[in-house]
Amino acid sequence: MGRAAALARSVVVPVVILLAWEGISRAGWVTPLILPSPTAVAVRWWAYLSPYAPFDPAAGSRLGWLLSGELPHDALTSLTRILVGFGIGGGLALPLGLLMGARPLVYELFNPVLQLLRPIPPIAYIPLAILWFGLGNPPAYFLISLGAFFPVLMNTIAGVRSVDAIYLRAARNLGAGEWTLFHRIMVPAAMPYILTGVRVGIGVAFIVVIVAEMIAVNAGLGYRILEAREYFWSDKVIAGMATIGLCGLGIDLFMARLNAWLLRWHRGAEG
Amino acid sequence: MSAPSNGEAAPAIRARGVGKVFTLGGREVVALDGFNLDVAEGEFVCLLGPSGCGKSTFLNAVAGFSLPTAGELTALGRPVTAPGPDRAMVFQEYALFPWMTVERNIAFGLEMQGAPEARRREVVDRLLAKLGLADFRDRFPKDLSGGMRQRVAIARVLAIDPPMLLMDEPFGALDALTRRSLQDELLRLWAETRKTILFVTHGIEESIYLADRVVVMTYRPGTVKRIVPVSLPRPRDPASPEFNALKREVTTLVMEEQARHQADEARGTSD
Repeated sequence: MGRAAALARSVVVPVVILLAWEGISRAGWVTPLILPSPTAVAVRWWAYLSPYAPFDPAAGSRLGWLLSGELPHDALTSLTRILVGFGIGGGLALPLGLLMGARPLVYELFNPVLQLLRPIPPIAYIPLAILWFGLGNPPAYFLISLGAFFPVLMNTIAGVRSVDAIYLRAARNLGAGEWTLFHRIMVPAAMPYILTGVRVGIGVAFIVVIVAEMIAVNAGLGYRILEAREYFWSDKVIAGMATIGLCGLGIDLFMARLNAWLLRWHRGAEG
Repeated sequence: MSAPSNGEAAPAIRARGVGKVFTLGGREVVALDGFNLDVAEGEFVCLLGPSGCGKSTFLNAVAGFSLPTAGELTALGRPVTAPGPDRAMVFQEYALFPWMTVERNIAFGLEMQGAPEARRREVVDRLLAKLGLADFRDRFPKDLSGGMRQRVAIARVLAIDPPMLLMDEPFGALDALTRRSLQDELLRLWAETRKTILFVTHGIEESIYLADRVVVMTYRPGTVKRIVPVSLPRPRDPASPEFNALKREVTTLVMEEQARHQADEARGTSD
């Protein structure tokens, strides 16, 4: 009972879908080009995952060898782009959001421009990104940071604005100055919102990285899917998509853990 | 400030013709008008009255959170212009910083004063022991009961050893038994430290149980209706005939104002 039963329930639907899919493919109802069978995808995925050459102690560590395949390289490339892009976008959005939340003047100055820019999806910037930053990583960083910027910004503003005035009064009453109020009271009080923004921002960065890799680079999960399409390798396209799904799930689980730890003081954090 | 003409020490709180006008939804509300009160050093004074009588308004004025719009208000011999740790406030909602542990909450005011680590630790240790909080040192406020939270809030203001405590219905949200034990603890602490306490409540019995003098306030505009001295020796017995005689007197006074409050509510002109 309990965990085992819950685990069983959670795999029932995926297993049924995979079996049906396999059955349809084997029965020959669709050509493998349109929909390769799950086993074909799995075989392809394993090949994509595996190192090119057998292990050679002279060439480096075992971990390096394990990660020397095409898939680990693509995944790491994409994750690095997400980290850099998110670092830039979130790194700019956080201080601006804190200032806009805390200072009405800053809010009034920046809000109109930001509200105008916010509805433009990062993808619409692709032509300009190539024009401004050329090919390779820079336009990708630009697009990803754009995608991460607004969720972090909007949530940070909302977080600072929702800080209960009673904490500010209590802190002032105990002798806190303006800077202390800002970094010891406002920032931690706004942290639940900020972390929600970070989580959403990373999610958007993950979407944008795939799109960005389809335009101007030669590695990464997005690039690999596009490449596989050029060769009509449907099984590899699906293997790449599955990898994207797994990476996204991994990032989100990691963020959920991080949130739970950072917000261990928070009433809602532990149910 | 000049000393009073009779040569005695200046009172801890001195209010002369204090007025406060709010604008609530475009309507002007006179919360306080011509409010006069002297609170002696080391005295325990309760402000008592129905909702809207301006008792919290006066407390917030003394705290410096919301300055009067008329009259003269001095605390500890100085005109009130801003919040300060010499007039430490205990809030009904506790206002503990939820992201700080009990220990960090209590140490916050000392940190603001730049007290060295060893001194902070010593004060925190002493207060944790005194208020029966020793086992809760590393807990976050969300894990504490209401009574425990208010103990931490009291410890937090006692840590900075202010000459005056301002208490805004601090026990209003607690159950009757917890309230009584905290009242007794507060009286014990007051007897030890002889701090001036200005205590806002709408509890008639609470005010007579605690105070040297009960200031019954009028409903809107808030003025002093009558000051009832309580000369019963402590610990006071709420079941004694003397206590009940006072309670009857104070109840009559408060209920007259409560009737005006209700009439106002029926007309829909209260907030």
